[in-house]
Amino acid sequence: MITTDICIIGAGPVGLFAVFEAGLLKMRCHLVDALPQVGGQLSEIYPYKPIYDIPGAPEIKAQELVDNLKKQIAPFSPTFSLGERVESIERQEDKSFIVTTSDDTKIHCKVITIAGGLGCFEPRKPAIEQLEAFEGKGVTYMVKDPELFRDKDIVLAGGGDSALDWTIFLSNVAKSVTLVHRSDTFRGAPDSAEKVFHLAETGKINLVLKSNIVKINGNGKLNEVLIEASDKTVTARPTDYLIPLFGLSPKLGPIADWGLQIDKSQISVNTVDYSTNIEGIYAIGDINTYPGKLKLILCGFHESALMAHSAFKHVYPNQRLSFKYTTVNGVNAF
Amino acid sequence: MINITVLNKAGEERLLEVPEDMGLNLMEILKANEYNVLATCGGMAMCGTCHVQVLEGMDNLGAHSDAELDMLDTLPDAESNSRLSCQLQINENMDGAVFKLMAEEDIAV
Ligand SMILES: Cc1cc2nc3c(=O)[nH]c(=O)nc-3n(C[C@H](O)[C@H](O)[C@H](O)COP(=O)(O)OP(=O)(O)OC[C@H]3O[C@@H](n4cnc5c(N)ncnc54)[C@H](O)[C@@H]3O)c2cc1C
Ligand code: FES
Repeated sequence: MITTDICIIGAGPVGLFAVFEAGLLKMRCHLVDALPQVGGQLSEIYPYKPIYDIPGAPEIKAQELVDNLKKQIAPFSPTFSLGERVESIERQEDKSFIVTTSDDTKIHCKVITIAGGLGCFEPRKPAIEQLEAFEGKGVTYMVKDPELFRDKDIVLAGGGDSALDWTIFLSNVAKSVTLVHRSDTFRGAPDSAEKVFHLAETGKINLVLKSNIVKINGNGKLNEVLIEASDKTVTARPTDYLIPLFGLSPKLGPIADWGLQIDKSQISVNTVDYSTNIEGIYAIGDINTYPGKLKLILCGFHESALMAHSAFKHVYPNQRLSFKYTTVNGVNAF
Repeated sequence: MINITVLNKAGEERLLEVPEDMGLNLMEILKANEYNVLATCGGMAMCGTCHVQVLEGMDNLGAHSDAELDMLDTLPDAESNSRLSCQLQINENMDGAVFKLMAEEDIAV
C-alpha cells in the first residue's frame, strides 16, 4: 500500500503542477497515469509543437514544458504509478480514501485530485468480431515487453508510425512478422516506410497491403486471423499474436462510475476551490467544467493553486494555513 | 450559403445551410451544429477525432495534406473516402456534399 496526502489521478501538465502547489503547503503527492510517461496530451499528442500562451514563456515546446514541470516539482519528491489506470476509489471510515489501479496498486490518501484531462488515453480498436474476447489471449494493443514475441508468429495491423516502427523492431525478434495495412502507401516517416518495403522484398516480413483483418479465431487462445483483400478474397493466417496499432484516443473511463456529478463527460466543480460533489475529491484541468471554463493549461495551473489551499484542511485539519509567497521562504524540499 | 448533408452515427440525416465565406472548416460547422465531435487537437490534423466519410462530392474537395493522410493511416475505420473534417475548408465547391460522421461521439455520459 502506498501512503500519501494527495493522490493525483492524471499526470498531465495540470496534475504535475498540482504537486508544486501542494508541496508548498507541505502535502505529499502520488500521481497515477494510464500512459507510460507523464505529460498527458502534451507528450502524447503534440510533444514538438510550440505553445505560446504560458505566462513568462513566449514560446515553449510542449515536451519542454513537461520537462520543466518535472524539474520544478522534483524538490517535493512526488511518486508515480505509470501505465496504470485508476479503476476505483473507496472511502474509509476516517474519511480517507483507497485508490485502486488496474495493476491492483493501492494508494491510501486523504485527498483525491482528479486531473484526468480528456480521460484515459486508450488504444483505438478496429471493428473486428471477437477482438475483445481475445484480449490478453493473443490480442494486445501495446508492445510492453518485446521478449514476449520471441520466436512467435505475429500479425500487426495499422499504417502509422508505431505500426511501422514495431514491424521493423519485431522482425528481428519474432519467428514471423506480418503487417496488414488498409492502403498501399505509408505516409508516416518515409525512412521507416522504406525499411518496411525493404524487409518485405528480402522476405524478412510479410507485407499484406490493401487488406483488412475481418475476423479472428482461436480456442481459448488466438490461433488465426482472417484477412480480406480489396477484391474481397479472404485468407487465413495462423498466428500467435495480433497487435492492432491504431493510436490512442482519450476515453472518460472509470471516472464515470465514482458517483461524481458529470456533465457531458466532465466533472462539475465549485469554482471556489474546484471541489466536486464528494468531500475530499477535487477536479482540475480539462476534466472539470463550470460556467466560463476554458480548456487551457494556464487555467488548470490556477485551479491547482486554489485546490491545494482548500485540500490543506483535509490533510492538516488542526492547522491554520497562512498564505506565503515563494519569494518569502523559497521552495523547501522534502 | 451552401447546403451540405450530414449523417450521424445512427444514420440520421440533416441538411445544413452553411456560410462559405467565413473561413470556417467542416469540423467547426459540425461543432456549431451540436454534433459531438471531440476535435481534441483543435483542428491540427493531430487527433483524428473529427473523422468523416464523404458519401457524395469527394471529387470537389481539395487534396489531402500529408499530415491528414498520415493521421488517417492511423485510424482503424478509415476508408478511401475518409477525411478529417477540420482539414476541409468550407467553400462553394462543397455545395451538395454528403458527410457521414465516423469519429466516436464520446460525450455519452
Ligand atoms: C494539439 C493540441 C494543442 C494544444 N495547444 C494548447 C495551447 O497552445 N495552450 C494551452 O493552454 N492548451 C493547449 N492545448 C490544451 C492542453 O493540452 C490541455 O488543456 C492540457 O493538456 C490539459 O491538461 P490536464 O493535465 O488537465 O490533462 P491531460 O493533459 O489530458 O492529462 C490527463 C492525463 O490523465 C490520465 N488519466 C485520465 N483518467 C485516468 C485514470 N482513470 N487513470 C489513470 N490516468 C488517467 C490520462 O491518461 C492523461 O495522461 C492543446 C491541446 C492539443 C491536443
Ligand atoms: S480536430 Fe484533431 S484531427 Fe481534426
